[in-house]
This record gives sequence, C-alpha cells and structure tokens, in this order.
Amino acid sequence: MIPAAFEYFTPSTVDEAVALLRDQPDAKVLAGGQSLMPVLRLRLAAPETIVDIGRIGELQGVRDDGDALVIGAMTPHSTVQADPLVGEHARLVSLATATIADPQVRHRGTFGGSLAHADPAGDLPAVAVALDASFVIAGPDGRRTVAAADFFEGVFSTALAEDELLVEVRVPKYTGWGAHYEKFNRVAQQWSIVAVAAAVRLDGDSIAEARVGLTNMGSTPIRASAVEAALVGRPATPEAVREAAALAADGTSPVSDLNGDADYRRHLASVLTRRAVLSAAGTG
Amino acid sequence: MTTTEARPTAEVGNPRRRKEDARLVTGRTRWTDNIVLPGMLHLAMVRSPFAHARITAIDTEAARAATGVIAVLTGADIADEQGALPNAWAIVPEQKAPVHPSMAVDHVAFAGEIVAMVVARNAAEANDAADLIDVDYEELPPVLDLRQAATDSSLAHPDLGTNVSAVWSFDSASAGTGGDVEAAITAARDGGILIEKEIRQQRLIPAFMEPRSIVVDPTPEQMTVWSSTQVPHFVKIFIALVLGIPESKIRVIAPDVGGGFGGKLQFTPEEVLTVIAARRTGKPCKYSESRSESLMAAHHGRDQWQKLTLAATNDGDVTGLKVELIADMGAYLGLVTSAIPLLGAFMYNGIYKFPSYHLKCTNVFTNKTWTDAYRGAGRPEATFAIERLMDELAAKVGADALAIRERNWIKHEEFPFATVAGLKYDSGNYEAATAKARELFRYDELRAEQLKRRESGDPVQLGIGVSTYTEMCGLAPSRWLGSMGYVGGGWEHASIRMLPTGKVEVITGTSPHGQGHETAWSQIVADRLGVGFDDIEVLHGDTQVAPRGLDTYGSRSLAVGGMAVLAAADRVIEKAKPIAAQLLEANVDDLEFSGGRYGVRGTESGMTMAELAFAVFQGHKLDGSAEGCLDADATLDPEDFSFPHGTHLCAVEVDTETGATSIRSYVSVDDVGVVVNPMIVEGQVHGGLAQGIAQALFEEAVHDESGTLVSGSFVEYLVPSSADLPSFTTARTETPSTTNQLGVKGVGEAGTIASTPAVVNAIVDAVRHLGVSDVPMPCTPYRVWKALQEGAQS
Ligand SMILES: Cc1cc2nc3c(=O)[nH]c(=O)nc-3n(C[C@H](O)[C@H](O)[C@H](O)COP(=O)(O)OP(=O)(O)OC[C@H]3O[C@@H](n4cnc5c(N)ncnc54)[C@H](O)[C@@H]3O)c2cc1C
Repeated sequence: MIPAAFEYFTPSTVDEAVALLRDQPDAKVLAGGQSLMPVLRLRLAAPETIVDIGRIGELQGVRDDGDALVIGAMTPHSTVQADPLVGEHARLVSLATATIADPQVRHRGTFGGSLAHADPAGDLPAVAVALDASFVIAGPDGRRTVAAADFFEGVFSTALAEDELLVEVRVPKYTGWGAHYEKFNRVAQQWSIVAVAAAVRLDGDSIAEARVGLTNMGSTPIRASAVEAALVGRPATPEAVREAAALAADGTSPVSDLNGDADYRRHLASVLTRRAVLSAAGTG
Repeated sequence: MTTTEARPTAEVGNPRRRKEDARLVTGRTRWTDNIVLPGMLHLAMVRSPFAHARITAIDTEAARAATGVIAVLTGADIADEQGALPNAWAIVPEQKAPVHPSMAVDHVAFAGEIVAMVVARNAAEANDAADLIDVDYEELPPVLDLRQAATDSSLAHPDLGTNVSAVWSFDSASAGTGGDVEAAITAARDGGILIEKEIRQQRLIPAFMEPRSIVVDPTPEQMTVWSSTQVPHFVKIFIALVLGIPESKIRVIAPDVGGGFGGKLQFTPEEVLTVIAARRTGKPCKYSESRSESLMAAHHGRDQWQKLTLAATNDGDVTGLKVELIADMGAYLGLVTSAIPLLGAFMYNGIYKFPSYHLKCTNVFTNKTWTDAYRGAGRPEATFAIERLMDELAAKVGADALAIRERNWIKHEEFPFATVAGLKYDSGNYEAATAKARELFRYDELRAEQLKRRESGDPVQLGIGVSTYTEMCGLAPSRWLGSMGYVGGGWEHASIRMLPTGKVEVITGTSPHGQGHETAWSQIVADRLGVGFDDIEVLHGDTQVAPRGLDTYGSRSLAVGGMAVLAAADRVIEKAKPIAAQLLEANVDDLEFSGGRYGVRGTESGMTMAELAFAVFQGHKLDGSAEGCLDADATLDPEDFSFPHGTHLCAVEVDTETGATSIRSYVSVDDVGVVVNPMIVEGQVHGGLAQGIAQALFEEAVHDESGTLVSGSFVEYLVPSSADLPSFTTARTETPSTTNQLGVKGVGEAGTIASTPAVVNAIVDAVRHLGVSDVPMPCTPYRVWKALQEGAQS
C-alpha cells in the first residue's frame, strides 16, 4: 500500500527538529522507519507531517563519557552491535541488538527508534531497564533526563511528549560483567515471544550483583527485582539459579496470543531466566 | 552465423545452471508490475472487513470527487457485465455452489471480498479515494468452523440453503479394487489393532514471492492482458467465456512470474475487474495487490478435517483404511477447489498394499477466503494421514517405524501395481530408496542416541520421523479427468521452429514461474535434435506465441509438456528425412539420423540440422516432393500418471522445557524417475521441503471468531527462511517411469508432500515416552509444551 500524503521535513539539528515538532501540525518523527513505515503503508496512521531525523549528525554514534556510554538515538542497530565500546562496557546491549530481525532491518532500524517505539516485544527496552539506562530528551523547553524505569509507560507509549525528541541514551558502564540475552521466538526474524536480559558480576564463584530484565511479559519491560535479589550472594550453580529464576514471573502480566497463553509465557520466563543468568555467569 | 558445437555428452542428466536465472535473480526482467503503458490508469480495491454481511448502502460520492479519480465502480454498477467466476470441476453432477461474482453486489461471504474499486490516474490517488468510500454493512453470523458448517446449523450462503457443496465417496468393495473395509474394522476390533485418529490439516496461504498483478491494454483490435499467473491459457479462455470478448481478440501474457505454488492456478476476480475497468475507460489499467491483500484474498490451501480408522493384524499387517473427511471450500468454488480433496483421495493407501479402503469426502462452504490448489493439492493431506498412521501402528505393535512400512509396502518386483484406490503405479523401488536414506541418515546411530537421551532424562529429547511417500504426477490423462467431472483436458502442446541461422525455437504450452523449463526443455531438445544447448530458445507464457497449452501445475510440466516437446522434436526429424534424402541424392532408407545429422549410411555424405534448416529457408534446391518446412507441432495426452516416491528421514530435538523443536538433520532420498537436470531437481526438493516443514512447524492461517484473518501479515504468518531450516541431505534413486518416453516422473511437489509427516512423526517420536501421541499442526513450541503437560497428567 501507499501511505497517505504528508509534509516531509529533514532538519539538520536537534533544535530545528524540535521546532518542527512543535510548530507543524500532527508531526511524527521518522528514524529508521522499520516500525513507522509499515504503519504508514498500512494506513494505520496518517500523520500530516513527517520529521525525518536521519540527517541530524549529533544523533549518530557511540561515545565514552566517563562512567557511562552515550548512544545517539539515530545510531543504527548494526553500528551498536559492532561497536567495541558497547562490546566492552555494555555487552548485553550488543547481544540483544544482534537478535533483532535480520541484517537489512538492523542496518536501517535505530537504537533510539526501538526505545521510542516501546513495543512490548521489542528487545532493547528490557535491556535499558535492566541496565538502569537514562534517556536524554529534547523539547521546546530544553533538555531533560528520564530514568529507564520511568520512560516506558505502556504499549507503544513512553514519557516522550509529542513535541519531544529522544536525543541519546546513557548506559552506565558494566565493564567486566557477564551478560546474556536469551530470546525465545519461532523463526529467526520474529519478535520475542518472551526474552530475558541478564547481566551478572561475579565475585569468585558467587554472584555479587545481578540485573535481569524481561521482554514481553507485560505492557512495559519489567525488571525482575525478586530474581536479582535472590541471586545476590548465591553461587552461580544450576540449582541456586533455578531457585531464583522461579521468581521471574512474579508481578508480570503477559498477554495471550497465537504464540502462547499467559501461563506458558510465565513458565518460559523462569526457564529463560535460568538459562540467561547461567550463560551470563559462564556456568550455563 | 555460427552455431555452438553440439556437446558430445548427453544433455539429459547434466546439472546445468539455469538459463533463466541471471535475469530472475538480478530482477532485470519484466514482472507484470514493472510494465508501464502510456496513459495507464491504476486500480485500488475496497474489500469487505466482515466475513459475512449484507451490503445495505455504498456511498461513493467523496471518492468520485477526489483528485485524479476517473471512475468508481461498485458491484451494482457492473452486475450485468461481470458474469460469474468459473468452477471447472463438478466432482458430482449435483455439486452445489453459490454464484461467484468478481465484485460482491449485495452479499459478502468472506473478509477480503471486493465490494468496490477505484480507477485513478495513479496508484496513490486510487488508494486515497478508496479510503473515502463508505460501505454500510449489516453483519450476518459467519460460518467459520468446517465441522459445524457440515451440520448446516448456520449458513455461509443463506440463498444456497445448505453449506454442503458435494459428497463424494470411494469404496474398494464396490469399485472392485479391494475388499470391504467395515469387515476389516470389525475383525480388527475383535482381535487385532484398530487405530482411530482425527487430524486437522490447517489452512495455509501459498505466499508466493511476487504478489499478483494485472495490466490490461484494451485496443479495438486486441485486449492484451499481462498477468502474474500460472495459467495464461486458462485466463484467456475464461475472459472470453465470462466477459463475452471473442477469444481471438484476447492475448494473455504471463511474463516472468515470481512463484505460484498453485496460488496462481486461478482465474481471479482481480483479472476480471481489471479487464472491465480497461474496457470501460478505454485506457490501459493496472492492478497490483499489496501483500496484505494477497494474504487475505488470494486463494488459500489445505484446510481439511480427517477422521481415520486403520485396521491391522497384531503383527502389523494393515487390513483396511477408512477415511472420512470434511474439506473447507471457503466462501466460493474457484477453478478446481472442489477437486482438491479428490486429488488426495487416490493416495491414502500411499506405498502400501491395503486389501480394503473407503473414503467419504464432504465439501463445505464457510465464510473464509476460498481455497484451491496449494503445492501438493490433496496429496500432502493424504500422505500425512497414512504416514502418521504407520508410525502409530509401529508404536502399537512395538515395531520399528521402517520395519512396519516394509512389511506393508509394494515390493519392487510387484510393479506395475494396481492399488486399492484404483490407480496403476508405474514403477518404484521403495527398498532401494529406504536403504539409501537409512545409511545417509545414520539411522541406527541416531536410534542409539535417542535411547540414551531417554534413559538419562535429558531435557532435550531426540526424535526420528519417517515418511515413505509416493504421489501422482503428470496431471493428467484427459480421459481420466473427464471421468472425474473436470471440464478441461490434460494434454500438452509444443512446437519447434528450425530457424535459418541454425537456432531452434521451442514453444511450450507449459507456463513456468520458477521451475526452469527454459533450461530443461533445451536439454531435451539438444539431445534429441543434436543441436547446441545455447542455440535453443524456449518461448512460453504468451498465448500469441504459444497458442495451445494447458500451463503449469500438478507436477505436470515435464511428464506431459516435456514429452510434447520430445514428440515435436521427433516430428522435426521425421520431416527432415525426405528433404535430406532429396538434397543428398540418397534413398530415404539409406539415411540415418545421429548426433544432429542425417548421413547416408556407409558414406561421408550428410547434412546437419542447421544445414537442412538453411536449405529449407532458401528453398532453391527443393524439388517440391516434400513440404519445405522442418517446423513441427505435437500435442501429447499422457498415457497415465507417473508415481515418484521416496524415503525421508528427519531427526528433531525437542526441548521439553520450552516445547521448542529444532530439526537436527533431514535426509531425503527421492526417486523421480529419469532426471533431466539434477540441479533443478535438487532446487525443487529444497523448496518443497521448506514448504512442507513450514506446514509442520510454522504456518497457519488463523481467523478470529468474527472471521477476520489474524495472521494477515508476515509478522504472524510465519514463512520460514533459510535461518530456520537445517542443511538438507538430498539424494536420489532412479527408477524410470514406464508411462512416458523419457522415463521421467515429476518433482515439483514431492518435497512438500513428503516432509510434513516426517517432521511431525519425529516430534511425536521424541516425546511419546512422555505420554504424547499427537501434536496438532503447526507444532508450535506452545502446542508441544501443552501436549507435554497433558502427557504428564495422564
Ligand atoms: C521484519 C522486522 C523485524 C523486526 N524484529 C524486531 C525484533 O526482533 N526485535 C526488536 O526489538 N525490533 C524488531 N524490529 C523493529 C526494529 O528494531 C525497528 O528498528 C524499531 O522498532 C524502530 O526503530 P526505527 O529506527 O526503525 O524507528 P521508526 O520506525 O522510524 O520509528 C518508530 C517510532 O518511534 C518514534 N521515534 C523514532 N525515533 C525517535 C526519536 N529519536 N525521538 C522520538 N520518537 C522517535 C517514531 O515517531 C515512531 O513512532 C523489527 C522490524 C522489522 C521490520
């Protein structure tokens, strides 16, 4: 199908983009287009204005900022996946990004677009929540920073106002942590039915710190705090991890669909959490 | 002009790269949607969102006033003009069917049915205007479940008075092909093995790569129609019959076509409507469907419910099979919708020697997209049923799955074999194919590993699935088709033109859409006429170039169309003989033809085909005693079907914690008779396996309770990619067919037919010891997991 007609702008700075979002009627940001274009082509949405942020240089790339990495919103998945800084300090991000769709989609789809889109089955939101990332947002009144835990509000809904732009995401460094993203789907290009993002820091044989995020176990990504708490101070053995992982579905509210009902998803959450944590700890 | 040297070695059997691939894989060719004509208008369709409704009003005013709009047409506007879409196969004389309009007039019977169309200057304007059309519907209760449909408790077409289109049955006792199945069942119940099983063959979507597209150029002299179709010859005839345009004024061209899988074996509403739009506006018109429209409204496949009763002795000798099936036609009958279950009805006995067989098939209407041919068309359903049953029988007897099959199958020395279903199997060697598959698969080693994993309680269990299949290829002897109620024939036609420059044009009535006929037909002709492979051009898919033909489907092209090509080549050789005799000043009886040359026996004197073609072109030296033309035509009606077969073995790993299945290894040994091009055969097998595995694991057209297609995009309708499939081990045995000159069979559908039961058998085999004896298709992780939960409880 062909999208309904729209006005099309290509700002070259964040300020210009924000001004367009404020001044133009019914404006929508276009990043990599991998989620927005299908919506437009199916005419599920017909915004009057499209603000293409693909030519704003400052939204591109990954940089080291002391105790955190800063990933520009327009950085394509393929760049994030291959970036050595991300590999070293936020390996969970590289691993989860590598599971997204296929090379074509990863070359066009962006880090910021995935987070702003806030699909419950998207892979990066759970990672951002698990890693306590923070979101730098530009609006008509300047910039503000929102914690990952507060950014995701519901299905396709975030703390971003209509005239705001996600500029970059700050991911604290997890240098030396083990990480694993355990994604469960039926075909390689499919979105997650359930997935678990896990990062652990070992102290000898036991787990000193753990971060666990769940994908598609509710309308927003979920931090499996009960699992994290149960893991700390325990040895990274299959038995100990199994016990902690049994708590993964606590407080979740997954959907039922063609791929499985809520009970099945809860069951998967604990199986996948066990596998993710053991792999992250290198004992899986 | 020079011609290349004829290859010394035979072309048939040579794994040549396909001539057509360079243009197909680079896309540098004409797909219908690429065609742009001066002044061309574009169509957009408005489709019903409801599965069953009455149309109470359509407001087209805003659309008519929109920018660029030339015309807006509703069903009421074209009611007198559009005629009805044809069904070409009445499986019983009293078959019932609703009138099938291209555009609904006052009643819609499935979600996706066309209710209006816009003709505009460009596609975007057509789409914009289509959005402005306001249709009022009065919703009616949709009939969605095929078993419920059979009870007539609610009607898909209230005017028809019933949902039942036809009931067809076969009984071996009354047909004289075997005994009484009820007696076999009674005996098994008293002291033998009786297996009863219900199987749901889920609805599938052909999902060809190129969505359907049509361009119509109406001029007073000719209506030229380009269509992404498998059947240009059918389309031509039906445009004439349905729209009253003289057949001689219609030219249908299927340019390169990006796949069909049976899904483009159809005469479509969109074709009729594009012709109507062109005729009304007098301008070229184009319609190209979106992927969503394609998934929703192009015909679907499978969708049957099977109730099976297998009777056997305690030793595992099958004594009878009874099949009751209900087949979902969807909302209407397409070209051969009603006959799809019939094409399987003769294959339920598979490769086995059953003494008795009974089948009853009930065709019903529902408020879903109409179904029709999809790769295998009836035979996958039949093969799945019998191959699943054979595994269940093995489990009951406590025998090995291969051993139980061998006990029952037709031995190679018993061919030709008259089956209990009334067919004559030409040839086969099930022992050879199975032995080879067993070895390649390392069957015994895998069985040992399976046992180990069972004993250790490994969370990942190993299963081995067997499928020993046969199928009927080469659709079809016209007499057989006629006896079954089909209005058309099953012959094929070919022409060969010997050009003055030494080149050869082969014109075929088959219509390839990915199969590689240009290459394979060239190989056949190169060998027969002794001309170079590269000097042969194969033309097809244009009713003006290839006026006679019945197109491509049902694994018929080589066994029927290829043999017509061979027959035409033989006529060329025959026609050349008196001419050669005259020019060589020899007696006809002293001539012999070999290596592309007529020689005078015992002398050096002779002429090549190229020399003869040039001499005929000049005509200077011909004395008029023989016709001065080498070109020849041939129509061939196949003597009988051919029956390829094979043994497929599949090893799966089932993760009992998540229910996920992954295929660890897959071995196929196919016997498709004599092979013209091994590389093409391998390609067909790979693609076929992928589609058959897709039915087992991934694909299903799902509707919600209102009749909306939930799996309406590739996000939900999961077509596997190479990343989701194992590396296949493919091999062949070669038992020539006895029903055609070259001994070829067919391979277009074999992989699809064989692989589905191999995978499901493997899954059940992996978890049978955990209390699972079946998993409905597609065997999603969720369903496998649920079956394991239930197995643990029982
Ligand atoms: C076949 C396919 C498979 C996929 N599989 C997966 C998968 O397995 N896992 C997964 O996580 N994703 C998957 N995706 C989605 C992919 O990751 C997309 O890239 C992502 O969802 C959207 O990113 P984008 O850059 O394409 O954004 P767009 O499509 O351009 O935009 C998406 C939404 O975010 C808004 N937006 C984008 N950037 C900003 C910004 N900087 N500020 C404010 N709003 C913004 C847009 O307005 C729009 O509403 C898949 C996509 C496809 C096509």
